[in-house]
Amino acid sequence: MAMNEKSTFDGLKAPQAQLTWVKAAPVSAFAENGSGCVLHEGEQIAVFNFTDTGRWFACQNLCPHKQQMGLWRGLLGDQGGEPKVACPFHKRTFSLETGRNLQGEDLCVKTYPVKVENGMVYVGIETSEGQ
Amino acid sequence: MKNIVVVGNGMVGHKFNEKLLAKLPDGLANLGVCLTVIGEEPRPAYDRVHLSDFFNGATAQDLELAPPGWHAQQGIRLLTGECVTEIDRAARTVRTHTGRALPYDFLILATGSAAFIPPVPGMEHPGVFAYRTIEDLEAMTAHAKPGQRAAVIGGGLLGLEAAKAVLDLGLQASVVEFAPRLMPRQLDQAGANLLKAKLESLGIQILLGKNTRCVEAGPGGLTLQFTDEQALEVDMVVVSAGIRPRDELARQAGLATGGRGGIVVNDHLQTSDPQVWAIGECALHQQMIYGLVAPGYDMADAVAAQVAAALLGQPPSDRVFTGFDMSTKLKLVGVDVASFGDPFCEQTPHDVLLWEDRRRGVYKRLNLTPDGKYLLGGILVGEAESYNLLLQMVKNRMALPPHPEDLVVPPRAGAGPEAGAGVAGLPDGALVCSCEGVSKGDICQAIDKESLTDIPGIKKCTKAGTGCGGCVPMLNDLLTLSLKKQGKAVKRVLCEHFNYTRQELYDLVRINGESTFRQVINRYGTGCGCEVCKPAVASILASVHNELVAKQSVIQDTNDRFLANIQKGGTYSVVPRVPGGEITAQQLIVIGQVAQQFDLYCKITGGQRIDLFGARVEQLPLIWEQLIAAGFESGHAYGKALRTVKSCVGSTWCRYGVQDSVGFAIEVENRYKGLRAPHKLKSAVSGCVRECAEAQSKDFGIIATDKGWNLYVGGNGGAKPQHAHLLAADLDKATCLRYIDRFLMYYIKTAGPLVRTATWLNNLEGGMDHLREVVVNDSLGLAAQFEQEMQQIVDTYHCEWREVVEAPHLRAEFRSFINTPETDPTVAFVPERGQKRPQAW
Repeated sequence: MAMNEKSTFDGLKAPQAQLTWVKAAPVSAFAENGSGCVLHEGEQIAVFNFTDTGRWFACQNLCPHKQQMGLWRGLLGDQGGEPKVACPFHKRTFSLETGRNLQGEDLCVKTYPVKVENGMVYVGIETSEGQ
Repeated sequence: MKNIVVVGNGMVGHKFNEKLLAKLPDGLANLGVCLTVIGEEPRPAYDRVHLSDFFNGATAQDLELAPPGWHAQQGIRLLTGECVTEIDRAARTVRTHTGRALPYDFLILATGSAAFIPPVPGMEHPGVFAYRTIEDLEAMTAHAKPGQRAAVIGGGLLGLEAAKAVLDLGLQASVVEFAPRLMPRQLDQAGANLLKAKLESLGIQILLGKNTRCVEAGPGGLTLQFTDEQALEVDMVVVSAGIRPRDELARQAGLATGGRGGIVVNDHLQTSDPQVWAIGECALHQQMIYGLVAPGYDMADAVAAQVAAALLGQPPSDRVFTGFDMSTKLKLVGVDVASFGDPFCEQTPHDVLLWEDRRRGVYKRLNLTPDGKYLLGGILVGEAESYNLLLQMVKNRMALPPHPEDLVVPPRAGAGPEAGAGVAGLPDGALVCSCEGVSKGDICQAIDKESLTDIPGIKKCTKAGTGCGGCVPMLNDLLTLSLKKQGKAVKRVLCEHFNYTRQELYDLVRINGESTFRQVINRYGTGCGCEVCKPAVASILASVHNELVAKQSVIQDTNDRFLANIQKGGTYSVVPRVPGGEITAQQLIVIGQVAQQFDLYCKITGGQRIDLFGARVEQLPLIWEQLIAAGFESGHAYGKALRTVKSCVGSTWCRYGVQDSVGFAIEVENRYKGLRAPHKLKSAVSGCVRECAEAQSKDFGIIATDKGWNLYVGGNGGAKPQHAHLLAADLDKATCLRYIDRFLMYYIKTAGPLVRTATWLNNLEGGMDHLREVVVNDSLGLAAQFEQEMQQIVDTYHCEWREVVEAPHLRAEFRSFINTPETDPTVAFVPERGQKRPQAW
């Protein structure tokens, strides 16, 4: 058992090592408690600035409910302290920590790590080895 | 095997089936019972009481009383389009026109009635119609051409219903009544006079004391010749002068019938043959024909009880029919009329309490016992909201309050109990729904036991309110009362971040003057907010301060954030304001040029404007730059704000118009444009009673009269369409606008988030009466404040799009990506009918 768990852990960890930090925009380009969308090699990533808690989040821009590009245009908020975004199309809400749908539906979005350095916002994009 | 045959599939015949089934819990088949229903009309039973809804868009199917397949499911054999021609009482068999013979053990005659056609020459001419069946209505519709004139023969209850139908067809109506007053069976002279004045103000011609000698057909139409040598020229004649019981089958079978028609029945509703019953309008009970549905339903129940007892082998039922109260309340062409208990007291010693307000068009008469302690009956015209309570006071012989005049005089501010309080005093046995025979006790018990919380639930559980619907306001009061008793008046807080209702938060912001979401949540809430409270607070801030919503774009829903409506594929649509729907050729050209330049899909909206679809987010400021340069303003189609004020063309062009509806619509739209509210607001102005602008389906609607403007509030289309209620009549423009100011501010301050005016009004304690008190009579003393706050919003109006177009930092928000000026490569369109549309999702 213990061995299995360890190998699973290692398996997950491997791609995380290959994180590429993509420059999004200066902090000043984001409104307070606002958002923006990053286009990187055809991939659209929604980036959220939770000014009041000093935290940043990112997730895929595509809402999995009706396959619409629009999550960056959704309203930010929290549910029981968990940061979330509400899709502007049909108000599906997604946790920005886990990506899970907060209405309990079987929908999920991919989340990305975000870091801020010297006034610049970066999004961490996983690349498989060899890329 | 026992055979039950019901002849007639009208409302009462159908009710008998329902009542019988309800009394046989194991169903028909298990008892070896065969129930056959024979109706001569081509369709199953339908709601004749609401026949005139047919002209308001209801289909024949909407009016049907049972869902398709109901009869088969219940094991009932239904024969439509088949006519019983013979009863062989010796052989206990009925025979139909197709030659079919059916044996019976129980025969129920529910043959109803036919329209009474006065025996004068000329009734056979084309263009003369009875008003009785769906086929009659279809024939009238096929014949009628809008603007023509129709004479309605009959000024009673049925005649005025027919007049309503004539108006709904777009015709002008002349009502011809033989008696010297309208509704002679229900109203006294003074009440009838007031009703006449009201109907005349709606454009209906009323001719009283007219005896029609004959109807002549000529090349120009039909002419009614009266015995007083006068004549009336019309295009169509509708006869609705009373009913004639359909007793020909009974007569031929040798059953006893009355001299003036009707099948004679005893208190058990048995005819002269005890195996044959008669119910409804064909039955003559104690020399009385009952032409209303409620007594017919009561008869159906009585017979069902007797038949069920026999089938179940129980002792004979003592359920009898001993006559029925003829009290009635109805809305005739928008005018409430009610008559209850003994309305005239011609044979009974009594005192009369009278209230007549010719200014507002209200007449109320109460007949009291000489000692002033009990109510005997009365008449209400123009306002009948107290009908249910007054009727209960008569039926239950409840003691009158110490000042019975309070029952007829309109309540003043702070006086009298709140609406709905009256039901608390009713005994449990009080019959609330007389159509279905449901008492107050039954209803309250159902609410408690079944945990009911709304009217549809009560209807489903008890059937109360499913007949004429007249008791629904009382059901509402009973529901409120019961829920209060259960302590269930739940506080509707905004969301997990605010432990306040929208109204409380609105008041706090108005008093303390917060101007940003952050200030509001820091002071009154917790956490970061969410998609519920952010737009709600944004709406409150906009209503209180009327600042540019784009300044706090991140708390707006996406439509308000980008000042456009998001559509499939993520592009936006653009709607410039077109006040009142009036637009010049030059403006049309500009819109066309903009649409062409940006390749936008064009569609005319329901609100008389033009919607341009398929704009990418970065194109929005470019599009608006051009529209604004041509003089257009934001249409706020994206906002929970005033949308449009629709108008018909009105008196400037229309030959029927009585006021300039376009001019007033433009004035109203320009006054309230940009006003933020808990939900969207729609309005319309019609130039005459034909109501082409559909003002009664709007949050606030205005209909021209020859004296001014009638103001309606609380209507909406949508999933649960609802007609607006008349707030005040015959207003001048300035007063009308003042009342709208007050109504809107009261709504904006007190409604929950995303609650439209119709729902708000439905849940407003005291309902329409209360609203009228607040708006018209200023019972809260807030009218001046409401008007001042509205004026402030009007004075600080700004076009949001102009401000965005002129401010580079706001324009910069309109982009697809934050790291590149590229446009969204996933946006794609496909061609359709010469334009484009987004790819399906």
